[in-house]
Amino acid sequence: MDDLLQEFIAETRETLEALSGEIVAWESAPADRERLDSIFRFVHTVKGSCGFLDLPRLARLSHAAEDVLAAVRSGERTPDTRLVNAVLAIVDRVGEIVEAIDAGHALDDTGEDLLIAALDTGSEAIVTSAAPVLRAPTRSVRLNVDLLDRMMSGMSDMVLARNELARRLRDEGVDPTIEAALERLSLTVAEMRDTVTRTRMQKIEALFSALPRMVRDTAAELGKTVALHIEGSDVELDREMIEMMRDPLVHLIRNSIDHGLEGAADRRSAGKRETGWLSVAARQSGNQIVIEIADDGRGIDTARLCEKVVAAGLRTESALRAMSEQARLELVFEPGLSTKDVVTGISGRGVGMDVVRANVEQIGGRIELANAPGKGLRISIHVPLTLSIMSTIGVGVRDQRFAISRQTIEEIVRVGAESIRIDRLGDTMMATVRDRRMPLVDLGNMLGFGPRDPAMLVIVGVSGGSYALAVDTVLDHEELVIKPAAPAVMATNIYAGQTLPDSGLPMLMLDCAGIAQLAGLVFTREIVAEDDAATATPGVQALLFDDLDGVRRIVPLSVIDRVEPVPATAIRYAAGRLRLSVDGAIIPLVALGRWEAKASVSVLRLRDGSVELGYAIGEALDIVELPDTLVPAHDSGPIAGVVAIDGEQIEVIDLHWLFSTHADPNAAADAPLCLLEGADSAWLTTFLRPVLEAAGYRVTTTLRPGETAGVIVTMDGEGAPTSRVAPVVRLRRDPESDGIDGSIFRYDRPGLLAALAKTAGGR
Amino acid sequence: MPLFLIAQVAGRTVAIESSQVESVVDIGAIIPVPCSERHVRGLAALRSRVVTVIETRAALGLPEGDGTGMRAVITIVDGHHYAMLVDSLEDVAPFDLIPLSAGIVLDSGWLRVGRGIIERDGEPILAIELNALIPGIAAAA
Repeated sequence: MDDLLQEFIAETRETLEALSGEIVAWESAPADRERLDSIFRFVHTVKGSCGFLDLPRLARLSHAAEDVLAAVRSGERTPDTRLVNAVLAIVDRVGEIVEAIDAGHALDDTGEDLLIAALDTGSEAIVTSAAPVLRAPTRSVRLNVDLLDRMMSGMSDMVLARNELARRLRDEGVDPTIEAALERLSLTVAEMRDTVTRTRMQKIEALFSALPRMVRDTAAELGKTVALHIEGSDVELDREMIEMMRDPLVHLIRNSIDHGLEGAADRRSAGKRETGWLSVAARQSGNQIVIEIADDGRGIDTARLCEKVVAAGLRTESALRAMSEQARLELVFEPGLSTKDVVTGISGRGVGMDVVRANVEQIGGRIELANAPGKGLRISIHVPLTLSIMSTIGVGVRDQRFAISRQTIEEIVRVGAESIRIDRLGDTMMATVRDRRMPLVDLGNMLGFGPRDPAMLVIVGVSGGSYALAVDTVLDHEELVIKPAAPAVMATNIYAGQTLPDSGLPMLMLDCAGIAQLAGLVFTREIVAEDDAATATPGVQALLFDDLDGVRRIVPLSVIDRVEPVPATAIRYAAGRLRLSVDGAIIPLVALGRWEAKASVSVLRLRDGSVELGYAIGEALDIVELPDTLVPAHDSGPIAGVVAIDGEQIEVIDLHWLFSTHADPNAAADAPLCLLEGADSAWLTTFLRPVLEAAGYRVTTTLRPGETAGVIVTMDGEGAPTSRVAPVVRLRRDPESDGIDGSIFRYDRPGLLAALAKTAGGR
Repeated sequence: MPLFLIAQVAGRTVAIESSQVESVVDIGAIIPVPCSERHVRGLAALRSRVVTVIETRAALGLPEGDGTGMRAVITIVDGHHYAMLVDSLEDVAPFDLIPLSAGIVLDSGWLRVGRGIIERDGEPILAIELNALIPGIAAAA
């Protein structure tokens, strides 16, 4: 966090310096749109950064200034001198606070309310007195990346010079003391190279580590719960790239939480888990780094988006109709557009997506959207690998060497080893590695070296599937700086880039995806995989837990509403079964072991859509993917069967049995509604109501607006029912009359229930 | 008067304007690039850089030479370094570029690269544009 704060301070300070000219210019020409935009962008960025750095004062100031500037941008306010002064006062104060944070001394916050109040229309003009700013000595230096580039290039020259020197000395056969000196030089050079390389490279973790906190805070602000899933933190990326990716990533994640993920209630009614799912993953794909942000929220409503675009006057309706669905989706990148009606502190000012795309494109990247309306949105940011250090494996074909990105390699096997087969199907080569069959591409043949029997197989994974690449030799592992090759070389589609390893001889890096394409490999799984990813549901997730009786069991996550600890006193054996009082209601509880001795018991609150059930457990362990293969249980009961997870036998809870055996039938919200009517309703409510509820009806004495009764129960001799909206079951007091009028004796329980069931279709 | 580098390419004398020339070097080992176009000879290391070596004869659409020439003119196009193989280098001197005389039509390969002529002691020399020899760029030029 300290690093981030330092960076924020340095960045803000730098922007402020650059902005000072703009501010003065804006002061003299308040109508200048460009100046206004750059000041607006500044306060917006400060606001965004403050959100996740937890700097409430700065956030408040910048939010206030942004509001006013947004109003000016939309033409609601005119930028008069007073307004300009007020905004400038805030920008000054932001600078002061930033310096104070850096120096670590407190800054009096009186007057900040005044600053904010001064933004309002009709307020008095304020006089700003620039306080003497105390600057702390900086501990870090911000360097121009060009300088690092030159350092890197000089370093490579040095390595090559050392190599040449070593070669010459070896040829000459010099005395050992010189060799020892050279050895020392080599070590220093190697160390130096690592350091210089590191100045440019950073694990993407530097970017991801701030996310959990940011997601938590953003979600909390919006009253949502979000489960964040981070993958690929150890992918390395050029430092400059990381810097450039920070803002876009923050924007996109905030957008996902704010616009994408629904509130708990909406999610429940859409049949989703209450907790939103958000995944941020980085991976290397060929010569690109892909950062994916996926959520299982509502996706983008293109119809609504189009309305907005038309309303904002950016496009005409007919132009939109001519567009493809994907093109309409891309409209989210249109400048000056917000799909959110309510402006929140998080996002939704239309400054987001267009700036995001501009930033990504600036570094030669692109953004792809995969939208599944109602199910989620997946945003992929592709950025080039340029200057990224790659971990590679060298392979030899005849007398030439190539590099393959280590990340794409699944495994390397030697032909002739046991369980490795190479067969020909027609003229197509196929490899069988253990039990996996996969296509085989002979690299030597593809590169035009003429056929030779494969010696080694490098199994590479590309999007959609894997294939075996036949090479002659597998050499060493090397960390290389890969740069794009000339267009004429890249046009072959075989190479991902070029590099200069320590040998001093240029080497090409293979593009495994391109090779697969060139070889005509078709992976049908590809499309399916796309769909899967689009809906963003990674298999059946299930909760692994230790049950009260010590047995390890598993239950699908989708049915769990939440897991919470309850005091043991909330659990009672009452009215014939175990019940839990929670949130002012009583729900049936299932416990497969002893809970009495505990002070507090963890309870899974299970829900099948309408009915709720508690399940007491010992301890929740982990969320795992539920294996497909289930060995059924011997007898029906709370256990459906057993699955193997990591070689351990895990019992799977039988949800069907659980709900059919234990759930209260009357908890169902869709049970038939039984209206009790008549003056004698005291008997009806006191005597009859529990009977009806136990039988699975919802019972009421007055209909609320919007409710319709499934059946009306009334007592004979009370007069005709007031409403005739539902079938009527009439009861009589006299047991002897044999019901010629269709009425039923009020203590004839079976008869009464049968009649109700017949009329209302009850249970 | 611009400076021109006088060189022998494919047995002909040509002039290259010095603004196109980054340096003149002797290329070391060339690593071939399988599957690339014929005129991409391969890659070579130039200090800490990788340069793409262009077989100038092939780029001109002429039959390939013996492939022993290692002298090259380095030019930078779109941030990429290219080494254009030449037979030999003769001279660097300032000349005036004058348009091709009316009626003279260059044959195929030369037509693309010819930009005019310079006159050295009464001998006309074809001035060429290196960009036009580079595959991928040539198409756009």
